[in-house]
Parts: sequence; C-alpha cells; structure tokens
Amino acid sequence: MRRAFLRGASLQANDAVAGELKDEFPIFRTHAGSGPLVYLDSAATSQKPLAVLDAMEGVYREACANVHRAIHTLGEEATRRYESARTRTATRLGAASRREVVFTRGTTESINLLARTLGEGFSSGDEIVLSEMEHHANLVPWQQLAARRGLKLRFVPVLDSGELDLAAYERLLGKKTRLVGVTATSNVLGTVNPVRSIADLAHAAGALVLVDAAQYIPRSGAKVTELGADFLAFSAHKHYGPFGIGVLWGREALLEAMPPFMGGGDMISDVTLEGFTANELPWKFEAGTPAIAEAAGLEAALDWLDSVDPDALGGYESELAARLIAAFDEIPGVRVLGRAPGRAGIVAFTVEGVHAHDLAAWLDRSGVAVRAGQHCAHPLSRRFGDGALAVSSARASFAAYSRIADADLLASLVRRAREEA
Amino acid sequence: MSDFAEAVYEETIRDRYRHPRFKRVLEGLPYLENPSCGDRVRISISMDDEGRIADAAFDGNGCSISMSSADMMAEHLMGKTAAEARGVVELFLGVLRGELDRDALDELGDAAAFKGIARLPVRVKCAALAWRAALAALEEEGSR
Repeated sequence: MRRAFLRGASLQANDAVAGELKDEFPIFRTHAGSGPLVYLDSAATSQKPLAVLDAMEGVYREACANVHRAIHTLGEEATRRYESARTRTATRLGAASRREVVFTRGTTESINLLARTLGEGFSSGDEIVLSEMEHHANLVPWQQLAARRGLKLRFVPVLDSGELDLAAYERLLGKKTRLVGVTATSNVLGTVNPVRSIADLAHAAGALVLVDAAQYIPRSGAKVTELGADFLAFSAHKHYGPFGIGVLWGREALLEAMPPFMGGGDMISDVTLEGFTANELPWKFEAGTPAIAEAAGLEAALDWLDSVDPDALGGYESELAARLIAAFDEIPGVRVLGRAPGRAGIVAFTVEGVHAHDLAAWLDRSGVAVRAGQHCAHPLSRRFGDGALAVSSARASFAAYSRIADADLLASLVRRAREEA
Repeated sequence: MSDFAEAVYEETIRDRYRHPRFKRVLEGLPYLENPSCGDRVRISISMDDEGRIADAAFDGNGCSISMSSADMMAEHLMGKTAAEARGVVELFLGVLRGELDRDALDELGDAAAFKGIARLPVRVKCAALAWRAALAALEEEGSR
C-alpha cells in the first residue's frame, strides 16, 4: 500500500511521506526550468500526479468519443467515464444525489452560472452579502448581476487578524438578504472561515448560502450538507486535477427551480424551431460537449487525494505554513498578511524595501516559484494596503509534494533578499 | 544575450530604481495602474515655447522594472517635440509587444536594459506601464 499522510505524526514524519509522494508528480523531473523546482504556488494551481495524467490520456487513447449521443461502444465508454466522475464527485461531497453535481469549467464559471440563473430571480432592492476577502470570481459576477437587477451588495469586513468580522456580518443580514456568498478559505490570508456558523445565520435570515471552495480541502467523509451550504463551487486544478473542469454543487430543489444557463446541445430534451424543453438535472446546465477527459482526471484526482488522507494533508500544510511564518517572524521587515488561527497552507507576505515582483523574479532564479501581486483580490489588497495604495505581496502556498526544506529555503532566500536590498 | 550583458543590464535597472533622477511628487495627476500587481505611475510633461519637452517627471509605486523604466523614459523625453517623443514611446512599446526587433532598443541608451524583459510576458506589463502613461500625457498635452 502506498504512503499517506499521518494524523498526529511529527512534521518530519509527514515530510518523508511528501518526499515519496513527490515522485508521483512528473513535473519535478521534466519541468521547463533548470535545476530543481521548488514549487510554492499551489494555491494558483497544484501540480498533477501521474494518475491524473494517465486517466486523461486514457480517455483520448481508449474512449475518445462524444458523450450522451453515440450508439457505439466508444461513445458508451466515454459516457461511462464522464458520468462515473460525477458519481465519484457526488459521493465525495456527500451530495444527496448525482443530480446535484453540475460540471463547469471551474469555480469562476460555477459562480457565473449561479449569478445568471438563480440571481436573475432576485428583484430590485434585494441584497447579497459577500466578504471583503473574496476572490474576484466571487465579486465580479455579483457586481454584474447587481447592475442588471438593481441589487445591493454588502460586504463583511475583514479584521486585521485576517478573520471575518462576524459581529458586523450579523448586522448586515436582514429581510432583504437573498444570498450570502463567502469563501471557505482565503486565497491570500489563508484564513479558514467558520462557514457553518455563517451559513446558519444566513439561513435564519432566510438567505441562501454559496461557498467558494476553490482553496478548501474538504475533510474526508465530510458531507457538503454539514457545511450548511446551499451551493458550493470549486475547480479541479487546485486539487491535483486538470485545468478546465470544476463543479457547481447545489441542493436539488434549488437547481430544479433555476432556469438553464447556456443554450446548446445536451442541455435540451427537445427542440423545435420555435423553442426547447430543458433537459433534466444535471445536464440542464451542461450545454455543448463537456470536458470528458478532464472529468476522468477529476475522478482520478479525488481518488488520489483520498488515498493520501486529506485531513492529515491539511494538517501538514498548516504546519509548514506555521514553520514558514515562525522563520519570517525572525526577519525584520517581513510582514505576514493575516494571522488567523487554524490557517491553511497559504502565506502572503511583504518584504520591506523589496517589491513583491522583484522578489518573485529573484526567487525564480533559485528555482523557487511563488506568486506575487494582488492575487485576484484587489479589494483585500487595498484593505491591507497603505491608504489608497494596495499592498502587493508575495505568496507561498503548500501542497502534498511540499517539503520542510522548501519552506526553509524560501525563508533563507527572503532573509538574504532583505539583507541585500 | 550573454550572462555578462544580462548582469550589466540588471545593474542599470537596479541603479535607476534606487537612484531615480526624474522622480518627484506630482500632486493631482491621475495614476495609470497595472491591475495584476497594483503598480502605479503618473507622468508630468511640460513643453517650452518652441514646443519641446522642457520637463518630464514621474511619480509612483512599483517594482524595479516599472520604476526604472519610468525614470529612463523621462530622460528620453527631455528636449523632444511631442511627435519625436511619441516616436520613441511607440518604438519602446513596439519592442515590448514583440512587433519590433529587440535590437531596436539599442538606440535608447539605458533603456536597452529592457531587451531581456521583452522575452518575459509577465514583466513586459511592468516595463510598459510608464510609457503607456506617457502616451496618454502626450495626448493630453497635444489637445491643449
């Protein structure tokens, strides 16, 4: 049996597991740069294990045909693999049925789908509550909707600690609140939000709840319903899966009541020249030929993630983050954004005298890949900035192949950058 | 490009970043911003009676690439007519967009340091920021 992360084990023990798992990621042998790759940008996208690449290639080599149409064997096999991914996702999320799992291109499309369907049922004066720490993907679709429908957007403030101001949140809720949209894990601050309490308060106010789970690793065995969400969106590519596929999960009764999103093949049950009848769930929301190989990749990614114990992996990532932050705290002039307890493996930071872009370019020379900039969260960057000037920060993020040595190398390079600046 | 040439270019960029010659506070002018990193720059251009740029300056916050690029640009604009200035700016932006050969930067003195940047799509935006702002400022000046 292959190795999995261990709960309650030492950081060193899990580091050894990460070392073994890293061999399953071809990128570390075949990447475009020179020298060893230290990849600390997994919050932007994770690297992909061989099992995922094989699953996708398998579709093209063995079952390349369109789904839900062909009467031939290949078509049946392609359909089987595509729908198998849906069943696997539904089981993993603890969904009530596979009809609740809609495949999209990713988190962004999932949220846009919701804004364009559910959102169109909102009326002028209705309110949507979001937070200041949302990624643009959970801001802009609602801004567009608000402009179309005359809605009011309200924002839960972020405290200096990087946590949401829950007292302020309670005051924002009211009779007009139709939807609360919140990220489960901040892609900048690493804060893991108390989604269940947020959802309970929203429901008590009669609002629906959307959880942006792009950065969130669900506990193994956890049911999405336990989060208290009515809708949940995520992308495969941040969880060891391929680009180009993601999920919108929603409660069946809600999805059933929503109008279709894009029009085209597969989302219809009948079409005349004058009109169409929408297909049943979940295909009602899946117009056109879907990402079939990517669905197989998503299934393989979920299998892979579960095989390494996601709960223990989450703990390991948090410990790496804590180690990195402790090292940063020893370096004068390094500031970590957000200090929420129980954070995920995401650490955004600034270095006095060194612009984040320059730092990232310089780190890249040593083979260390980090993100730099505003991380698709301009309002949050302004919130942690200096007056009108948004903070531009570097961000390190960890995954199953991250090693203690990666965190230590980053800390020592940052120290050097700070001293030489 | 040889490692040596890259090192020389880098030193130039670093020097202009740390010791800018044309940077000063420019109150009240609008900033041009690079949304991906938050870098921002604003440009001031004033003409003399003969229609030549008597003073060029910039103000802003950003990485070494965006700020040193702004400083070198201001230097290049000095003494030029609006049409000449526009020509220089178009040349620089043309190289960064990949439309002109990188060697075209050789005639821009220190700005030749950005030849290497032209190959890095992500940093091109940093290097281009001030020059794009200058185009807008020249347009403003021309419409006066």
